[in-house]
Amino acid sequence: MADPIHQFQIVNYFSLGKIGSVNLAFTNSALYMGIAVGIIVALMLGATAQRQLVPGRMQSIAELAYEFIADTIRNTAGEGGMKFFPLVFSLFMFILVSNMVGLIPYNFTVASHLIVTAALAVLVFLTVVIYGFWKNGVHFFKVFVPSGVPVLILPLVVMLEVFSFLIRPVSHSVRLFANMLAGHITLKVFAAFVTMLGGLGIVGWVGATLPLALTIALTALELLVAFLQAYVFTILTCIYLNDALHPGGH
Amino acid sequence: MDPMAAKYIGAGIACIGMGGAGVGVGTIFGNYLAAALRNPSAAQGQFGNLIFGFAVTEALGIFSLLIALLLLFAL
Repeated sequence: MADPIHQFQIVNYFSLGKIGSVNLAFTNSALYMGIAVGIIVALMLGATAQRQLVPGRMQSIAELAYEFIADTIRNTAGEGGMKFFPLVFSLFMFILVSNMVGLIPYNFTVASHLIVTAALAVLVFLTVVIYGFWKNGVHFFKVFVPSGVPVLILPLVVMLEVFSFLIRPVSHSVRLFANMLAGHITLKVFAAFVTMLGGLGIVGWVGATLPLALTIALTALELLVAFLQAYVFTILTCIYLNDALHPGGH
Repeated sequence: MDPMAAKYIGAGIACIGMGGAGVGVGTIFGNYLAAALRNPSAAQGQFGNLIFGFAVTEALGIFSLLIALLLLFAL
């Protein structure tokens, strides 16, 4: 049986030099990140190159994406959250497009590596912490003290809040990574069933239609998961940014 | 016991925790669907809350998956 993990292998294309003992290589992961960014730039710039009052198809896509993310930010972080629109929109489009590109057979899924999603999650976490302290000063600690809690159980609640705040980048990154990893492994395992049954001759061919149909259905499910996880990552980013904008507001 | 065998058994046991997250996520989506069928016009406005509840619940399942992955590959 073909190895379902093989698809996640990092391949070095060429080296860009060394930092200490670390080989700074251009890998297939970097290539697909570049492809995702290229598609986004082409989509957004191409769609808005000839702006019209009545939007065409491409311009509609760009406007829908903009409105979708803008609404999400306004609903979760308030009007003040719109200053983070570039960050949130970039995150959403990057995760969405790289997931979609990764769903095409033989292509690499960038978000299936923990280091990539961890970098994105740590970026969000540091943005929240640095902006929170810069804007609110010591008042940012109100994030850990929910209002209306009896004084007796307050120490326990504060401890839990601190823990849940610090665990955020972990759950934020592992959610996206685990969903992409598990989904793609499942796809490849079912695809391997097709080839295994196909090797059994004419009876196997008939039997192989079942896992083949399942592979197609799973691809549709993965399409939904790819979008949903990009959206979940985005909305959690907005909720975390809301803490930096309005600490103690929950 | 062979330490490798103990590792694999531990990873398997850690995955049981994901069942609880499955129950939780099912409850959230089930209740959302039930409420959305009662009052379809209010359903759209609660989609963000649905996704947030889903993400927070799923995080607990992810922690047990994390323990399983750590046992298998890191420790």
